[in-house]
Amino acid sequence: MIATGKAVVVPGTNVDTDILYPGIYLNIDDPELMKPYLFEGLDPSLRDQLVGDTVLVVSENFGMGSSREHVPLAMKASGVRCVVGSSFARIFYRNCINLALPAISCPQAAEAAKAGSEISVDAAAGTVTVDGREFSAAPVPPFMLEMLERGGLIPWAQHKLARS
Amino acid sequence: MGYTVTEKILLAHSDADHVEPGQVVMVRCDVVLANDVTGPLAFRQMEKMGASEVFDPAKIVMVADHFAPAKDERSAILIKRLKEWSLAHGVVFYDQGRGGIEHTLLVQEGLVLPGSVIVGGDSHTCTHGAMGAFSSGLGSTDIAYCLAFGEFWQVVPGTIQVTVSGEKGRFVTGKDVILAVIAQIGAGGGTGNVLEFVGAGAQALSIDERLAVSNLAVEAGSDTGIFPADEKTAAYLDGRTDKSWEPVHSDPDASYSRKLAIDLDRTGPLVAKPYNPENVVSVSEVAGTPIHQVVVGNCSNGTMTDLRQAAEMVKGKRVHERTRMIVVPATQKIYREAIAEGLIDILVEAGASVSTPTCGPCFGGHTGALAPGENSLATINRNFKGRSGSPDACVYLGNAFVAAAAAVAGEIIDPAEVVP
Ligand code: SF4
Repeated sequence: MIATGKAVVVPGTNVDTDILYPGIYLNIDDPELMKPYLFEGLDPSLRDQLVGDTVLVVSENFGMGSSREHVPLAMKASGVRCVVGSSFARIFYRNCINLALPAISCPQAAEAAKAGSEISVDAAAGTVTVDGREFSAAPVPPFMLEMLERGGLIPWAQHKLARS
Repeated sequence: MGYTVTEKILLAHSDADHVEPGQVVMVRCDVVLANDVTGPLAFRQMEKMGASEVFDPAKIVMVADHFAPAKDERSAILIKRLKEWSLAHGVVFYDQGRGGIEHTLLVQEGLVLPGSVIVGGDSHTCTHGAMGAFSSGLGSTDIAYCLAFGEFWQVVPGTIQVTVSGEKGRFVTGKDVILAVIAQIGAGGGTGNVLEFVGAGAQALSIDERLAVSNLAVEAGSDTGIFPADEKTAAYLDGRTDKSWEPVHSDPDASYSRKLAIDLDRTGPLVAKPYNPENVVSVSEVAGTPIHQVVVGNCSNGTMTDLRQAAEMVKGKRVHERTRMIVVPATQKIYREAIAEGLIDILVEAGASVSTPTCGPCFGGHTGALAPGENSLATINRNFKGRSGSPDACVYLGNAFVAAAAAVAGEIIDPAEVVP
């Protein structure tokens, strides 16, 4: 699975899901309607950079806190194709994989990327290319790779139902 | 090589013939939980999966707590959907006035058994580890899959063994145990691991206090925080369930990814400063910080134990004129018990506002949001920027003694100065 897009840099370590999508907007269940509140508590102007296909560049323990899937749902609906960072909180990571949004751990690439950098991620090969420079990422375990290749947990479930 | 309690539970709930940290296994669930925020989102995903039936209605519980009582039309629609879906699928639904905050509620109702697997569309599902279960929070797509198939994928976590020794001081509670752990390992320090609590100090904690400890395991990044079942667990379950269960313990030769020690003899009441639960300091380091709102309640500290501690601090006193005090009993049952014991009267007389069980003031959803520049001392689990209202407000986390003492003093203060 290859994802490409322009870098949008989300600054800071331990960025939590409350500042990515504040609790007061949790009573929205349509991803299109979640888009205007992504990054609301952190820096609403980051939304202006979400034009076309984008790759979020993040730091350590990104997405800590709540299980709210509103965060990756709003990201996907806003054109985010991949998240590249140093490390991810567990539930955020699971949510990304289940929604077929690759979350790739590659600290060097995250370090090298600047806002607007051209990023290309090959999850299976384990490489992240930033403005032509290639970095090797932490390998994505086979189960998660398969989930990404299949398009996430929804197609995975459809497949399971079709077989039974 | 032996297994940890977590590995044993996961092994027993999967088709694998052995498990080790890092391996991905499909795990069967004994309880699937969701609320008015995560449930309706999961139903959408389940529809997209093409699944119309649930795997087992008797193993599913839905609770209206986040936006209940509905704060606006949109919230009312979510709760209505939760209710209608539950009725249509023959699933237990706890409406407002009938249940309370999901995690405290499930434990209270005897739905959480040692050795079982509980998943919930809520990150604080880790609370149930207090009963010796493997319990963990999942997102709504995961929950949709669990509703349909009764299983989820799980990376077998490593185990961090936390040995608790010594004796708690007068104003030290379970909350301080977990804050001390988070202070040691940091907000991401438990990622890929569970916390397993052992030792005489852990066994001495009541179930209410264990709930607070396990509840904040996710604040260290951990999948869950588990207390292997003991006599206290058995006594608590007596009369709450007819189902049989077996305690699960780690083998003596189990391997751990890390071992920590918490010495209660050297742990005083602690406070986590904004905007990260790892910013842990002693109460004296932040004493004098003005406090505009105090919240006692939520899924970590809204138990009878917490309400007793709060009432003890404010009895015969007044909440400071600078401060609002909000008390949220975690469940209807706790609410009634607190009335019967006279605690609610003590709190109301002191000037506290006592709320129906709800998540509202905990996540900034409603009924207790903060204005810019205000400070809150709350017994909740998160002090993130904007967690309880304005991003320019500050939330400090502490136990119920510390919170209620701040309500009386109008500032952070050592509880011993309020009740010598
Ligand atoms: S009380 Fe707070 S932490 Fe607990 S489930 Fe509700 S919102 Fe989450």
